[in-house]
Amino acid sequence: MSAEAAAAHDHHHHHAPRQEDYPVDPHYGQATGGKLGMWVFLLSDALTFAGFLLGYAIARGGTKPWIPEGLPELGINFTACLTFLLICSSVTMVLAFQAATERNKQETLKYLGLTIFGGFLFLCGQYKEYFGFELLGSLVANFHADWGAWLAMGLTDEGLFFGTLGGSEYSAYGSTFYMITAFHGMHVLTGVGYLIVIFIRTYMGKYDDGNTNHIEICGLFWHFVDLVWILVFTFVYLIPE
Amino acid sequence: MDLQPIHSPPTTFIKKYVFSTDHKVIARQFLWAGLLFLAIGGGLGMLIRWAWGFPGEAVPVIGDLILPHSNGVIGPSTYNGIFTSHGLIMIFFAITPMMIGSFGNLCIPLAIGARDMAFPTLNMLSFWTFVIALLCVLASFFVPMGTAAAGWTTYPPLSTQIGTPGLGQTFMVLAIFFTGSATIMGGVNYVTTVMRLRAPGMTYMRMPLTIWGQWLTAILNVLFVPVLAAAAIMLIMDRHFGTEFFIAGANGPGDPILFQHLFWIFGHPEVYILILPAWGFAGDLLSYFSRKPAYWYKGQVWAMCAVTVLSAIVYGHHMFLTGMNPLLGQSFMLLTLIISVPAELLFLNWLHTMWKGSIRLTTPMIFTLGMVFVFGLGGLTGIFLGTISTDIYLHDTMFVVGHFHYTMAAAAFLATMGAIYFWFPKFYGCQMNEAIGKIHAWLSIIFITLLFGGQMVVGFSGQNRRLWNPFEYTFLEHLTELNLLTTYAAFALGISQLLFVWNFMEGVFSKRTCGNNPWEVGTLEWELSSPPPVHNFTTIPTVLRGPHEYANPEVRRTLGRDWISQTEELPSQPAGTGGADSGAAPAGGDSADGAADGDAAASDEPAAEVAGG
Repeated sequence: MSAEAAAAHDHHHHHAPRQEDYPVDPHYGQATGGKLGMWVFLLSDALTFAGFLLGYAIARGGTKPWIPEGLPELGINFTACLTFLLICSSVTMVLAFQAATERNKQETLKYLGLTIFGGFLFLCGQYKEYFGFELLGSLVANFHADWGAWLAMGLTDEGLFFGTLGGSEYSAYGSTFYMITAFHGMHVLTGVGYLIVIFIRTYMGKYDDGNTNHIEICGLFWHFVDLVWILVFTFVYLIPE
Repeated sequence: MDLQPIHSPPTTFIKKYVFSTDHKVIARQFLWAGLLFLAIGGGLGMLIRWAWGFPGEAVPVIGDLILPHSNGVIGPSTYNGIFTSHGLIMIFFAITPMMIGSFGNLCIPLAIGARDMAFPTLNMLSFWTFVIALLCVLASFFVPMGTAAAGWTTYPPLSTQIGTPGLGQTFMVLAIFFTGSATIMGGVNYVTTVMRLRAPGMTYMRMPLTIWGQWLTAILNVLFVPVLAAAAIMLIMDRHFGTEFFIAGANGPGDPILFQHLFWIFGHPEVYILILPAWGFAGDLLSYFSRKPAYWYKGQVWAMCAVTVLSAIVYGHHMFLTGMNPLLGQSFMLLTLIISVPAELLFLNWLHTMWKGSIRLTTPMIFTLGMVFVFGLGGLTGIFLGTISTDIYLHDTMFVVGHFHYTMAAAAFLATMGAIYFWFPKFYGCQMNEAIGKIHAWLSIIFITLLFGGQMVVGFSGQNRRLWNPFEYTFLEHLTELNLLTTYAAFALGISQLLFVWNFMEGVFSKRTCGNNPWEVGTLEWELSSPPPVHNFTTIPTVLRGPHEYANPEVRRTLGRDWISQTEELPSQPAGTGGADSGAAPAGGDSADGAADGDAAASDEPAAEVAGG
C-alpha cells in the first residue's frame, strides 16, 4: 500500500462517507450509497407486502362470507389508535432528523427516544390485540372490572387463530389477518431495534460531526413501516364485509 | 475526496477465504458453489435421460450407490424427485450463483472502476445465506420420502402435504426462500454499486454491456424475487400450519391458481434474469473478439431495457391453459410477442458486430457463438409457445422443455462457460488451456444442440413432459429411438465436461501467469494485474471513452494497435515503429498518469464526456 493510500485509509476508515462528499450526479442528486441501497431494499420489501396483499385479495374475493360464524370482528377503534400512534412516531422521527441536522444532540436523542417508545407501544398494542395481557388485566380488574377484562382479552381468546393452530378450524380470514399483521409487526420490531442502535450511536457521539446520513436512512425505513401499516390497516381492517 | 477506503488486506485464513468481504473472493466462492451444484444438477439431468433412454433398467456404475433400495432402478417416485430437483438446482443453485453471483461480483466493481461493492458486508452475508440454502437442498435428499417432487414450478396441490408429504419438499421450499433472500441482498448491492460507485467519466452509456446485463438483472431480482419469497412463505404455512391459501377445500377458500400467479409474476422475470447477463456477455465478447465496436451499442442497451420492462408484464403466457379470460390471454400474447422485437434487435446487432470483423476464434468466442446459435433456436421456438393457438397443442409437451432449455439452460450455460474462460485470468491469474478449451466448446455446442433439439422434436410429436416412462403409451412408442439418441447426446455432453473439469483445475493450481491483458481488450478490469490486488484500483481511474474502442484508424495510427483502453489518453504524436505492446496494460493504476486522473474526480466529467463522444 502506498503512503498516499495509507493516509487515505487512516482518514476514512472510521467514518461513513458524508453526504456532501459524493459528487453531484445529474441523475440522482446527492444520495449516498446507503440511502440508495435502502430505497432499493424498500422497493423490494414493498413487493413482498404486495405478494401477501394479493394473496389476501384473492382469498377474500373467493370466500363468502368472509368472517365465518362465531369469529370476532377486528377492533377498528383500538387499531385506529395504534395507527395514530405509528403516525405520531413518524412525526417524531422527522423531528429527530431535523434536530440532528441542526446538531442538537439533546433534541435528537429526545425525539429518537420518543420514536422508539411509539414503536414499542405499537408492539405492545399488537400483542394485546393478539393475546391480551392476562396478568396486567387481572391486576387492573381489582380496580376497574371492565378495563381489566378488556386488557386480558385478545383475538386468540375469542377464537381467531392462524391456520389450525390452537386446534381451530381454518379460516382464510384469521390466517391472512395474522400473516399480514405479523409480517408487519416483524418490521416494527426490526425498526425498533434499528432505532435503538441509532439512538446508542447518537448518544456515543458517532454523529457529532454533523453527518446525519445514518439517521436519515433509519428514518426512511421507519416511514416505510408506517406507510405500509396505513395500507394494511385500510385493506385488512377498514374494508367492510 | 476519496470515498472508497483502501483496507489493508486480511491476514487470517477465515477473513481471507471464508468470511471475506472482498468481492473477488466472494465471486470465487459463488463460482465454486455454482460449479459443484452444476455437476449435481447435471448428474440428475443425466439420470432423467437414463430413465427415458433405458426405462426400467438399472443405472450403470453408480446405480447401487445412489439407489440402493431399488438396485439402481429409477422408480416413478424417485423419478419425480430427480426431475424436480434437477430443475430447481440448475436454476437457483447452479446458473444463478455462477452467472449472477460470481460474474456480477467479479465484473461490476472491476469494470466500473470501484474498489469493492457498495456494501461489502452485505455481500458476504448474501453468500452465506446462499450456503444455508445449499444445505437445505442437500438435506432434502436425506429425509424420508426423498427430495422435492412437485416439479420445479412447485404448483399446489402437488406441493402441499396432499401431493408431497415428505420433509424434502419443505426443505426445498425453504431453500428457495433462503436463496431468494440472498439474491435480494445481492441485488440491492449490485443496483447501488452501479448507480453510486462508477468511476469519474464512467457514464451509463460507457459501461460494458456485461454490466448493463448484470444491473438490469439485479433490478428484476430486487423487484420480483420478494413475490416468490411471499409465495414460498405461504406454501410453507399451508404445509405445516394448517392454512389453506392454495388448497381448494370444501368451503373453497384457497386457490391453487393464486400460487401460479405469484410464481409466474416472479417466474417470467426470472427467465430474463437468467438470460440478460448472457446477453451482456455476448454483446461484449462478440465485440472484443471481432475487434470491432459493438454494433449500435445504445440500441443494444435500450433493447435490454425494453426486455426488462416487458418481462414484468407478460407472465400470463405461462397460464394460458388455466382457464383465464380469453381477452386477458390475448393481451398477454400480444405483449409476449412484442418482446421478440427487442430480442431480435439484439440478435441483429450481434450479427452486425461480427460482420466484416477480424474474428478471433478463441474459446470464449466459440462459446459465445454457440450461445448466439442456441439462443436463436430457443427464441424462435418461443414464438409458438407465446401464441395461444399453437400453445394449446404444445403446452406441457417436451417442446416446452426443449424451448426453455435452449434459452435458459443451453444459452445460459454456454455464455457462462465463455465467461469463465474469458475472465479466468482475473479469477486465478492465468489463462486456461486454449486447445482443450476449444475442443470442450465445440463438443458442448454440438451435444447441447442435439440434446435439446431431440427434446423439441419428440415434444412436437406429442410426448408430454415429466412422464416417467413415456413409452407406456402406445402413441409414443415410436419415439423410443429418438429418445435414446437424445440420451446419448446428453451423456456425451456430460462426459465432455470432464475436459472442463481438468482444464479448470489445471488453471486453478497452475503456476503459469499471463499479462494484465491477454485478450487485448480495453475495459477497466484488464488494466489491473491478474488477479487484481485486494483494493483493485490504487487510484480510481478516469474513464475517457466507451468499452468497445477497436479498429479505430486514429488509434492504429498513433498507438500502432487496434484497441485502446477506456482510460488511455490518445497521444497526439504517432508512436514509434512497432508500438504494439499487447501484453502490458496502459495507464495502470500505479502510473503517474493514473494518479493525476484520479485526483481530478468529478469536476472533469464534462470534459471527459466530450472526449468520449
